[in-house]
Amino acid sequence: MRVPLKWLKEYVDYKGSAEELAEKLTMSGSNAEGIEYVGQDIKGVVIGKILEIKKHPNSDKLLITTVDTGGKVFQIITGAHNIKEGDKVAVALPGATIDGGIEIKVQNIRGLESQGMLCSAKELGLDDHGLPEDMKNGLLILPEDAPIGKDIKEYIDLEDAVIEFELTPNRPDCFSIIGIAREAAATLNISLKKFSRGLEKERFCDKIFDKVKVTVEAGDLCKRYIARIIEDVKIEPSPLWMQRRLQLCGIRPINNIVDITNYVMLELGQPLHAFDYDKLAEGSIIVRRGKKGEKLITLDGHEREITEDTLVIADGKGPVALAGIMGGANSEVTAQTRTVLLESANFSGANIRRTSRRLGIRTEASSRFEKGLDPNLAEMAAERACELIEQLGAGRVLKEFVDIYPEPVLPRKLPLKVEKINALLGTKISKEQMVEILKRLGIEVEDKESETFIIIPTFRSDINQEADVAEEIARIYGYDNIPSTLPSNIATCGILNRIQKLTDEVKQTLVDLGFSEIYTYSFISPGAFDALAIPKDHEMRDAIRLINPLGEEHSIMRTTLLDGILQVVRFNINQKRKSIKVFEIGTVYLPKQLPLKELPVEKKKLGLAVYDENLDFYYLKGIIETLLVKLKVRKVEFYPAKLFSLHPGRTARISIDGEIAGYMGEVHPDVMENYAMENKRVYVAELDLELLLDKAVTEVKFQPLPKFPAADRDVAIVVEESVTAGSIIEAIKEIGGDLLESVELFDIYRGEQIPEGYKSLAFSLTYRAKDRTLTDDEINSLHCKITQHILERFNGRLRE
Amino acid sequence: MREELLNMREEALHDIEKARDLKELNDIRIKYLGKKGKLTAILRGMANLRPEERPAIGKLANEIKEVIEEEFSKKSNELKEIVKNERLKREEIDVTIPSKVAIGHKHPLTLVLDEIKQIFLGLGYEIVEGPEIELDYYNFEALNIPKDHPARDMQDTFYITEDILLRTHTSPVQVRTMERRKPPIKVIVPGRVYRSDEVDATHSPVFHQVEGLLVGKNVTMADLKGTLITFAKMFYGEERKVRFRPSYFPFTEPSAEMDISCIACNGKGCRVCSYTGWLEILGCGMVHPNVLRNSGYDPEELTGFAFGMGLERIAMLKYGISDMRLFFENDLRFLEQF
Repeated sequence: MRVPLKWLKEYVDYKGSAEELAEKLTMSGSNAEGIEYVGQDIKGVVIGKILEIKKHPNSDKLLITTVDTGGKVFQIITGAHNIKEGDKVAVALPGATIDGGIEIKVQNIRGLESQGMLCSAKELGLDDHGLPEDMKNGLLILPEDAPIGKDIKEYIDLEDAVIEFELTPNRPDCFSIIGIAREAAATLNISLKKFSRGLEKERFCDKIFDKVKVTVEAGDLCKRYIARIIEDVKIEPSPLWMQRRLQLCGIRPINNIVDITNYVMLELGQPLHAFDYDKLAEGSIIVRRGKKGEKLITLDGHEREITEDTLVIADGKGPVALAGIMGGANSEVTAQTRTVLLESANFSGANIRRTSRRLGIRTEASSRFEKGLDPNLAEMAAERACELIEQLGAGRVLKEFVDIYPEPVLPRKLPLKVEKINALLGTKISKEQMVEILKRLGIEVEDKESETFIIIPTFRSDINQEADVAEEIARIYGYDNIPSTLPSNIATCGILNRIQKLTDEVKQTLVDLGFSEIYTYSFISPGAFDALAIPKDHEMRDAIRLINPLGEEHSIMRTTLLDGILQVVRFNINQKRKSIKVFEIGTVYLPKQLPLKELPVEKKKLGLAVYDENLDFYYLKGIIETLLVKLKVRKVEFYPAKLFSLHPGRTARISIDGEIAGYMGEVHPDVMENYAMENKRVYVAELDLELLLDKAVTEVKFQPLPKFPAADRDVAIVVEESVTAGSIIEAIKEIGGDLLESVELFDIYRGEQIPEGYKSLAFSLTYRAKDRTLTDDEINSLHCKITQHILERFNGRLRE
Repeated sequence: MREELLNMREEALHDIEKARDLKELNDIRIKYLGKKGKLTAILRGMANLRPEERPAIGKLANEIKEVIEEEFSKKSNELKEIVKNERLKREEIDVTIPSKVAIGHKHPLTLVLDEIKQIFLGLGYEIVEGPEIELDYYNFEALNIPKDHPARDMQDTFYITEDILLRTHTSPVQVRTMERRKPPIKVIVPGRVYRSDEVDATHSPVFHQVEGLLVGKNVTMADLKGTLITFAKMFYGEERKVRFRPSYFPFTEPSAEMDISCIACNGKGCRVCSYTGWLEILGCGMVHPNVLRNSGYDPEELTGFAFGMGLERIAMLKYGISDMRLFFENDLRFLEQF
C-alpha cells in the first residue's frame, strides 16, 4: 500500500517527517518498506497565461508564444499545437528543472530566442493516461482558475513523500489512507481529523425503487448491497490533484466517475463500482451465483467463464460484473454515460478469493475484498463518493438509495482481563495504561461492577479473543518495552538422540575422508527414470507427482538420490574438475499407493559418487567399509549383483546382517551417455541410511587382549577368473572356525606361470587359541585341512 | 717380544687410520685382535720368556690391546657418521611438491544449522523432525489457516492431492509434536520446505527452515524475547542490536518479526539492508490459542512461544552469499570454501 504523506496529513494531525512516521509505524506493526520522494526534480515551474500565439517565421511546426507569469512576460517557442490564447499552462523559466532533472535555459530556436519552455504532463512527472488526447500529445492545459505566477508544485502537489507499507492480511482496514491514519494516531497519540462534509445538494426522489430494483439472491456471499443513483452525469477528466494522488498510489486515472470510485477505495478501503445505469436491462441488479455456460467480457477485454461458484452482479438479461473483482464491458461507464448506478457492497472474502485465483485476475478491489471487509464501511464509502461527485460537479446525486443489509454487524464486546494479558506478555502494565492504549485505538472501554468490557469497532474484525487484545496493547505499548527473560520453570536436557548423533557422525566421517556434502532438489524430472535405465514397470517409477510443478523437470518427488548426484557430478566435470567426491544425505519419497491416499514413506538415504581417473571401484568400496567400521556395523557383505543403472560386471549389493542396505558400482556406460558424460567412469553408491544407523553399534564392550601367541601361515591358490575372493575367504573362515583369528587377501597375481583366464590369490591366515599356545602340529593340520578344502571347492591348484 | 708388540701397535694404528669403510675396519680388527690375529700370535711366544719378564709384557700387551680397541671404536663411530650423513644427503626430497590428500567439506547450510543446533541444545532444546509431504490439515487448518484464508497467499503451495501437499513451512511439526507429547515442550525443528516460487537470486522452490517451540506453564512473551535475544547474541555476536516489531502469522498471537542491526554496515544503512540499518532474521510469536486447542492443549492452562527462520537467509548473511541458487548448484568451488 502506497501512502502519499500529504494525503495522509489531511486525516491525521501529524507534523513530523516521513522517515520518523515510517519508523514509528514499523515499530507498531505497519511495516514501512521504503519511502519514495517524488517531484523533487521540478523547480522553478510556474503557472502562466498565454497572451499571444504567432507562427514561427522559419518553421511550419513551431509556434511563438507570449506568456505572462505574473508581472513578467516571456517569449517562448513551442512545438505543441493544442493551445489557444488565454490558456493557462505550466512554464519552465530559464534556470528551472523538469522531470529527470533537466535544466531549462534560454535558447535560440531557428533564429529566435526562447526564454523557457511550456511543459507537457510528462515533463512534470505526471501520468497522462487520464488526460484528453490532445494533452497527451501536447501541453498540459490547466484549468481557467489556475492562479498566474503560482509554483506548479504547490498547485498540483507535485512534491511529496510516498511511504510504501507492507501490510499483513489480518488488517484489511489498513489498506486505506484512513486506516494508516488511524494507526498513526494510535501510535503517536495524536488526533484524527474529520474530513467528510456530507452531501449538500442531493436531489430528492421518492421513487428510487421504481428506478432500480436490487435483489440479493446469494445472501450468504453478499452481506450488504448499497446502490445509489447519480443523474446528469458529465464525464470528463478528474481534477489534476485527484489524478496525481491516484497516480502516486499506482492507479491510472480514467475519468471523473471511475477516478472517484478509485479515490474512495484508496481513501477508505472500500471498493466501489460504477455501472452505466442505462445499460442495465430493466434497471435491475441481481446479486447471485453464476449459471453454467454464462460468460462475461470484463473491462480488460477478456472473456471470462462463469461457474456456479462465481458471484456475479446481473441485470435482467445476464451478468454485468464479476462481483468484487471487475466490471463487465457491457455496463461500462463511457463518455456517453448520463446516469450512473454506484455500487458499494460487501462480498464474501473466501468466494472472491476463489474466483480471483481461478481466473487469475487480482485487482485492487479483489485484493481488498478477499481479506474480509467491514459491511459498515459500505455506507460511509457510498456517501463519500457521492460527496466527491457533487463537489467536482460530475452529476446530481439522488438522496434516497437502496441498502440491503439484513443482518447488520454490531461492535463486539470482550472482557478486559488485565492480569491475564500481563501474564501472557510478561509485563506489569497498569489497567489505566491499557485503557489509555485501547482508547487511542478507537476501542471503547466500559466498566461494569467487577468486570471491565471493551467494545471493538466493526472494522477491527481481527480482534476476537484475549491474545488479540494482548497484541494490540503490546504493540502500542512497544515490543521494545517488554522485558527480556528466560523461561525459568522448564528444565529440560538438550541432547541429540541416537539417530541425530550418528547422522552427524556419518557426515563428519565422509568429510574427513575427502567427500563434500551436496544438497539437491527433492523433485526430479520423470525423464530421470529413462536416463537411469530403470525398467518400465519397476517400482522406482512409482513416484509422487505434483499437481502444480514449476515445470516438467521438477514435477515428481525423487525415489532415488542417483539422478541429483549424477547431475552434480556432470556440473562439476563441466567446470573441468579432475577429482570429484561428493555425498548427499537426502530423503526419498515412497508412496504406499498411487494416487496418494495417505502420507508416503519418507526414507533417508546416503548417496555417494566418485569421479577421478586415479581411483576405482575399490576406492569407493573402501570408503563405504571405513564408514561402516566407524559406525561399528558388523556382518557386512558385498556380493556381485546386476542393477539397471550400473555396469553389469562392476556392481555390488551391500548387505548388513542379511538385510539389503544398498548397492554400489560403476555407472553403466549407457547411463553415462544419457547424462552427457560418455567415456567417463563414475562410481556411485546409494545406501539405506536408516538401516545403517539401526545396525550401528554405539555400546562398546572391552575384549581382553589375547594371552597366547598367534601363528601366521600363507596360502596361494590359482583359480578361474570367475571365482570371487569373497567366496574363498568365506570358505576359509567356515573351516577355520574359532582357531582362525583372521584371514587377509594380500596379493592377486595374473601373468607368467598363470594360464589365461586364471588368477592367483594369496591369503595370509592368522591362527590363535584363546586358552593355550597352539602347537605346530595343530596349526599345520588345520592349515592343511583348509587348503585342501578350498582347492577342492574352487577347483584350484596351489601356486608353487 | 716387546719390540714386536710395539711394532704391531704402530702397524695396527696405521691400518685403522687408513680404513675406508666399516667392513675394512672390521677386517683390521680381526687381523690384529681376532682369535687368530697378530696379538694372539705374538702372545703365544710368552712361554719362551723368563717368568719375571712375563708380567711386564702381559701388562704391555693389555695396554696395546686397549689402545687398539679404543682407536678402533673411534674410527668405527667416525665411519658410521659418514655413512649416516651420506644416507641423509641421498634421501633429501622436494618438500614443496603439493600433496594429494584432501579433506571434504560440509555444505554451508549444514554448518549454519549445526551452529544453531548447538546454541539451542545448550539452552535445553531437543531436535525433532516431521514429514515433508504433509496433510493440508497440519500445514494449514491446524495452524489456524482455514481454506480460502488470505494468509494462504503468503505461501504459494505445491499440491499433490487436494489434501496432501509439500509443506510450506516447518510449523506443522508444532502441532504434530504437541499431539504426541505431554508438556512441557522445548524443541527445535529443522527441515526442508517448499514454495512454488520461480528460481532467482533470492527465491528457491526448495529451502530450509528451523522452527522453535516452547510450551509450558506461565511462558511469556518476555521469555520469547529473552530466548531469541540470547540466540541472536550467541550467533551474531554480543554487539549485535536486536529489535522486535509487530507482525502477523495466523498461528501466533501476538506475533513479531525479529530484526538485527545490519551485519554489513552495523546499522548505518547500506544495500544489504535496503538502507534501513536492520535485517529481518526471523518470525515469532506466542502460540495462538486456537493452535493449542487444535493440539489438544488448554490455552487457559498452558502458553508457549514459537519462532521460525530461513536457513538459506541466515547462511547468506553470515557468509555474504548473494545468490541462493549456489546452495543447490553444488559447484565444488563454492562448497570447498566452507
